[in-house]
Amino acid sequence: MKKLLLATAVSALAAGSALAEEVPIGVLLGFTGPIESLTGHMADGAELAFREISESGLWLGGKTIRPVRADTGCVDSALAQASAERLISSDGVVAIMGADCSGVTRAVLENVAMATGIPKISPSATSPGFTTFDSGGLFFRTAPSDARQGELLADIVHGRGLTSVAVTYTNNDYGAGLANAFVESFEALGGTVTISIPHEEARGDYSAEVGSLASAGGDALMVLGYVDGGSNVIRTAWELGAFEQFFVGDGVFSEDLAQMVGVDAAAGVVGTVPSPVGDAAENWARTGEAGGINWGSSFVAESYDAAALLALAAQAAGEATPAGIAANVLNVANAPGEEVHAGDLARGLQILADGGEVNYIGATNVNLIGPGEAAGTYREYTFEDGQIVTITFH
Amino acid sequence: MDPLNAIVALTNFVLIPALAYGSQIALGALGITLIYGILRFAHFAHGDIMALGTAVVILVTWGFQAQGIGLGPLPTALLALPFGIAATILYLLAVDRTVYRFYRKVKAKPMIFVMAALGVMFVTNGITRLVMGPSEQRFADGERFIISVREFRDWTGLAEGLALRSAQALTIVVALIAMVLLFWFLNRTRAGKSMRAYSDNEDLALLSGINPERVVVITWAITGTLIVLAGTLYGLDKSYRPFTYFQLLLPFFAAAIVGGLGNPMGAIIGGYVVAFAEMGITYAWRRVFTHLLPEGWEPTGLMQILPVDYKFAVTFGILVIVLIFRPTGIFKGRTL
Repeated sequence: MKKLLLATAVSALAAGSALAEEVPIGVLLGFTGPIESLTGHMADGAELAFREISESGLWLGGKTIRPVRADTGCVDSALAQASAERLISSDGVVAIMGADCSGVTRAVLENVAMATGIPKISPSATSPGFTTFDSGGLFFRTAPSDARQGELLADIVHGRGLTSVAVTYTNNDYGAGLANAFVESFEALGGTVTISIPHEEARGDYSAEVGSLASAGGDALMVLGYVDGGSNVIRTAWELGAFEQFFVGDGVFSEDLAQMVGVDAAAGVVGTVPSPVGDAAENWARTGEAGGINWGSSFVAESYDAAALLALAAQAAGEATPAGIAANVLNVANAPGEEVHAGDLARGLQILADGGEVNYIGATNVNLIGPGEAAGTYREYTFEDGQIVTITFH
Repeated sequence: MDPLNAIVALTNFVLIPALAYGSQIALGALGITLIYGILRFAHFAHGDIMALGTAVVILVTWGFQAQGIGLGPLPTALLALPFGIAATILYLLAVDRTVYRFYRKVKAKPMIFVMAALGVMFVTNGITRLVMGPSEQRFADGERFIISVREFRDWTGLAEGLALRSAQALTIVVALIAMVLLFWFLNRTRAGKSMRAYSDNEDLALLSGINPERVVVITWAITGTLIVLAGTLYGLDKSYRPFTYFQLLLPFFAAAIVGGLGNPMGAIIGGYVVAFAEMGITYAWRRVFTHLLPEGWEPTGLMQILPVDYKFAVTFGILVIVLIFRPTGIFKGRTL
C-alpha cells in the first residue's frame, strides 16, 4: 500500500512537471468483454509506437505523448461513448487510437468523435459499413474492410474461370457482411451465386446444409465463417461428393485445416488471410521483439500503425490539434514520400520536420484507400499434401 | 429423365444420413421410453449422461490408440465401449442411490422427479465439461469409407456419387443388433418379463414377488448400455461435443413421444420418423427432381419446404401435431 501511494505520488508529480510537454492521445479498446484477450496486446502495440515517438525527441520540437487507456467493452456502446467522452473532456486527448469492434466504433464515431471533431483511427473495425459512411474526414482504419476481402475472393474465383459458386456463411454480422461483399463483387464480374445460406457453429452434423448447397449446385463452394463450422462443412461436402473445389475467408484459416478436413479435400481448398509481407513484416517482427510485446497477436501490428499514423500526422501538421491530425493522416499514410517502416519512426519525424513527405509503410504495408481504410495485404494459400502453401500475395 | 441418378442422389443425401441419424435417435429414445415406462418419470439428464458416457469411451479409446491397440479397419472405440458402458451404469446406479431412490420411497409426484432429473442433468453436464472440456473431440479411426463417392462414380459411371461411411454402416448394424437383443430380453427372459410386469402394474408386480429394486437396477443397466451405444455411434458418425449431445435431448423426447411413451417399438419407429422428417423437410429436392423430370421441366427453385435452420422446428412441429391429434403416440403409449 505504501509503495502504491508512493508510486502514485511520484507519477502525479512527474505528470505535473512534464505537463507542458505532454500530449494526451486516447487508446480506446475493449479491455473487458469478448475480445479482452486481444486488447491488452493491441494497446501494447499502440503504446510501443507512442514510446518510440516520445523517445526520439523529434516530435513537435521535443514533446512527448501520454497514452490514456479507456474501455469500450467491445459490444457496450453506452460504456464506449462514456469512455470516449471522458477521454475528450477530462483527459483532453487530441486524437483516439480505437475503437476496436465495429459496433462501438460506429457509436463513438457518430455520437462523440464527430460531435467534438476528434479524429479516430481504428485498428480492428472491419465492417464494410464504414466504407460508405461519411465521417467528415475524421475516421480512418488500418484494418482492411471485409468488403475488400469479398472483392478479392471474387477476383480469385473469377480468375480461375469458375462461373457459379454456392455460398455458405456463419450466421452473424461478420459472416453475412463478408458473404454480401463477395456476392456483390462476384455478380458484378458476371458470376452466378447459386445459393447463399447461413450455417451455425458447433453443430454435430452439417449434412442437411450440404444437401441444400449441393442441390443448388455450382463449380465451387465458398465458406465464409470460422474454422470450427467451416472445416466440418468442407469435410461433409467433400465426403458426400457435393463439391471438389472450396474457397474460404480469413476466419477459416488454420495451419491444421488439412488435418481437420482430410488431406484430399484440403487439396481443393483455396483461401485468403490478411498477412503482411516482405520488409514490412520483418521490420515489425524486429521492432515488436525489441519492444518486448506480443507482436504476433491479432491486430497488434494494426494498432502500432494506427498510433504511428496519428503521431506522424501531427508532425506533418506541425501541431498536435484534432484538425491538424485529421487533415494529414492520408498525406503521411500514402505515396508520394519516403517509405517509413516500423521501428523507423524517428527518421519519418525528421523528414517531416525538414519539410519532406513520408509514405508510412509501417507494420502492415499501410496504404489507405477510399475514405481512409487499409487496402490490406492478403495471402492466397492452398494445401499440398496437407501442408499449407502460399500461392501469391494480393 | 434419369431415375437411377435421382435414386442415387436421394440415397446419398437423405436416405443414408437419415437412417444413421434415426438409429442414433432410436437408441436414445429407447432409454427415455424404458425409464418412463418403468420408473415413471421423464429423464431429462439423458443427453448429458450420453455425453459423459461417451467421454469415458473417448478417453479409453485414446489410451488404446496411444498403446497401439486397434481393431484394424474397425474403430478402436468399439473396444473401449464396454468400459464406457460399465462406467455409465455405475454412474447411473450411484445417482439412483443418492437421488432418485429417495423420491421413489416417498412416492413423489412425477413433476418432482423431473426436477430432480434436471438437477442431475446440470451436475452431469458440469462433470463432463470438467473431464473433457466443452470443445469438439474426434476419436474415429480405422477405415473411413465402405463406398466413397469417387470410387462409386468410377465403378458405375453415374453422374451422382454415393458415399457410405463405415461409421454409418456400423451405426445401423449395431443399432439393429441392440434392438433385437432388447426385444428378446424383454419378451423371452424372466428378468425382462418382470420389467414389463412392473411397468404394467406396480402393485400387482410387487404382490407376485417381483423385487422392485432389481427391476430398477436392470432398467438403469439397459439404459446405460443403450445411451453409451447411441453416444459413441453419434460421435463416430458425426463429432463429439457435450453441447450437441445435450441438444439431442429434443429429438430423443420427440421420438419417444411420437412413438408412444413407454413403448419400445414406438421409440424405434419414432426415431426414424423424426430423422426422416428432419432430413426430408429441410432437404432441397431440386437435384433429385432435375434427374426425375423430363428435360426442360427442371425446377428453378430449390424445392425446399423449410430452410435448414429450421431443423429443430421440424421436431417441435411433429411433437405438437402428435400431441394434438394422437396424444398417446403412434403405438398407444401413455399420455404425459
